[in-house]
Amino acid sequence: MKENEVILRLENIVKVFPGVIALDNISLEIRKGEIHAICGENGAGKSTLMKIITGAYTCTSGKIYFQDKEVKFSSTKQSEELGISMIYQEFNLIPHLTVGENIFLGRQPVNKMGFVDWNKLYSDAKVLLSRVGLNIDPKKLIKDISVAETQMVEIAKCLSVNSKVIIMDEPTAALSDEEIKKFFSIIKKLTEEDISIIYITHRLEEIFELTDRVTVFRDGKFIKEMKTSTTNHDELVSLMVGKNITHLYPKRDYQKKDVVFQVKKINNSQVKNADFELYRGEILGIYGLLGSGNISLSKSIYGFYEALQGEIYLEGNKVNINKPSEAIKNGISLVSDDRKNEGLILIRNIRENISLASLGELEKNKVLDLNKEKKMVYEEVEKLNIKLSSIEQIVGNLSGGNQQKVVFAKILETKPKILILDEPTRGVDVGAKAEIYQIMDQLTQKDISIILVSTDLPELIGMSDRVLVMREGAIVKELNKEQATQKAVLSYAVGGINNEEI
Amino acid sequence: MKKFSTALMTKYRTLTILVLILIIATFLSDAFLTIDNILNVIRQVSIVAVIAAGMSFVILTGGIDLSVGSIVAISGALSASALIKSNSVFLAIFIAVIVGIAFGLFNGLFITKGGIPPFIVTLATMVLARGCVLVFTNGGPIAVKSNAYKFIGKGYIFGMPFPIIILIIVFAASFLVLKYTKFGRSVFSIGGNREASRLSGINVKKTETIVYTISGLLCGITGVILTSRLGSAQPTAGTGYELDAIAAVILGGTSLAGGQGSVLPTVLGALILGVLDNILTLMNVNPFAADIVKGIVILLAVLADSKFKSLSSKMESNQ
Repeated sequence: MKENEVILRLENIVKVFPGVIALDNISLEIRKGEIHAICGENGAGKSTLMKIITGAYTCTSGKIYFQDKEVKFSSTKQSEELGISMIYQEFNLIPHLTVGENIFLGRQPVNKMGFVDWNKLYSDAKVLLSRVGLNIDPKKLIKDISVAETQMVEIAKCLSVNSKVIIMDEPTAALSDEEIKKFFSIIKKLTEEDISIIYITHRLEEIFELTDRVTVFRDGKFIKEMKTSTTNHDELVSLMVGKNITHLYPKRDYQKKDVVFQVKKINNSQVKNADFELYRGEILGIYGLLGSGNISLSKSIYGFYEALQGEIYLEGNKVNINKPSEAIKNGISLVSDDRKNEGLILIRNIRENISLASLGELEKNKVLDLNKEKKMVYEEVEKLNIKLSSIEQIVGNLSGGNQQKVVFAKILETKPKILILDEPTRGVDVGAKAEIYQIMDQLTQKDISIILVSTDLPELIGMSDRVLVMREGAIVKELNKEQATQKAVLSYAVGGINNEEI
Repeated sequence: MKKFSTALMTKYRTLTILVLILIIATFLSDAFLTIDNILNVIRQVSIVAVIAAGMSFVILTGGIDLSVGSIVAISGALSASALIKSNSVFLAIFIAVIVGIAFGLFNGLFITKGGIPPFIVTLATMVLARGCVLVFTNGGPIAVKSNAYKFIGKGYIFGMPFPIIILIIVFAASFLVLKYTKFGRSVFSIGGNREASRLSGINVKKTETIVYTISGLLCGITGVILTSRLGSAQPTAGTGYELDAIAAVILGGTSLAGGQGSVLPTVLGALILGVLDNILTLMNVNPFAADIVKGIVILLAVLADSKFKSLSSKMESNQ
């Protein structure tokens, strides 16, 4: 890393939307070949700033210098031509086209006749893929490669336009730990080629593992820029939130009670013969790498796959759960890991989303009591501290943390006894995370039992009273709170420890 | 004032477009703005509008029903035949409603249990039901003579044409069902996100089946109104109604993708189409050319509508 050569400099950027100042006098310097973390809660202005850098927005005032020349972008195409690319949280590749076609989409090499030069396209693609350490056939379709591989293809695409600055927004959200390691090593290799990375993430551990410098934003204002090596987890969090969060995870002192829920021989395409018990008021963590069947197991119990193979006992009685409505009726609820596709009706308002799973409670002679609905919604909004301007607001316009709270509100209104939480804090900022952990703790004090399926290890260990580790569809180990260290959980998950003692 | 004008362009956009067309029509022909003519327009509109009410339910769930015109024809034909054979108006109406429900249920079950896209199922039903009518009627009309039966399409109650009363009842009921029942909520949520609705415990398949059944039921009722109005069941009755009904729903601002919209503006959408037809007839425009005008107006109206929509969503996000 060349210490002081600045490639991208932002000066006094201000962005005003009608009625709100999104960015208030922000300055930022990105140096050549560095990995620069941008962190802040949802709504801190990170994405607005990135949109200004890529030209998706124009700033109200302020200046952008790229390689010491002032630039003004009015479209993302212009910034891309200069060498600034962005990899979005949601992938922007086309599933039914090949890897090579996706890399050169809109820029396919042509021969003299003006036709696409397929040989050149695929041989160039091959070279780019090898630069990101990906050894796959560029003629494969995007839909046939893994999520981690698509991420690499995205980077290859950036390399194909000679990007000098690549912005990555939560690039590891869908990757397993193994894949993240590989991903990091490739990013580090890119910096040796003098490519600068702007790295946005909610996972603070990644900042320390990967980045050289970190800039913190809060409420559209610049808070602090520092060398990553000079700061620590707690300082970052308090800078982001603006107050000290001393205990992200509530202190739990769980005393084992009776068994409330039991599953036997759960099987599906990804799960093999899973048996486990859940105690009253307990938080049971389930950990596994991507494809270990952890999510699939939790969804099975909820009737997600419409026909359950296996047995479920609730308070000792066998229950049939073949669809989600039956699970809800039996007091089992689920918060899905895929909020946008499975959790919320994004185009409808907060009120309708919150009452959706408990409409039956609002019926009186088959007619919905809309006043009762409003009352119920306001209670949840207050209880969960959902920030909104009106309960008629469209859910799709809320921040990630608030969206997740709407999901929680909906689920809690079903009055569950068993709560299944799949990746409950994915894409949620630190402040809202802490609130969600508090809610979980309060629920268990009311004797609700929680199954927490999370690939966020600190969260899993911080919250769980007991941990089950899954590998290749099977539960391979049960760990109690004392045994459940990051190292132990991970090594069982990857299969590093002989598990004969189970 | 500004608030008022934005409300006109956003919340009441279909009404605004209709009023504009009404004003233009009044200037174009002296014969337009008379009570008789207006009642006549609404009575004509009521046929497509009743179908369009059912279509609103279907489209709100993200589906489509192409079979409505054919179901109108088959229920009309069977109704006429039942009337002639039994001489019972009650039975004739009952048969039409049952036939409509049966075809709607058929659509619904194939879509939900068979997992076949609504477009394909209802396209097949459209052809199938039309075939049934042609076979049943042998390609000729079935005349009805009962005055009691003809009252449904031609009669008046307190000076109000009976089809308009049916129209009002159908739309009032549809509005109340969508707003005040769990079923109505489910219709919106399924159109907004099918999977999230299922995971929230909504019975998606049942709701969808009911939606297509409602559409069929309303086609059955329309079959009676049409047969009674014409005094005979025609084998080609209802041809093209599916497109008019879909156009009415879209003009009413309901999203074809489902999940957004409402049923009351659908009647305004149907009125826009009806007023256009009427004014073009009053002006003696060549009926072939009238279709060109209609097509252009639909495009312009939907274009204006999408502009209004993006405007209102901007205002929403700027709150």
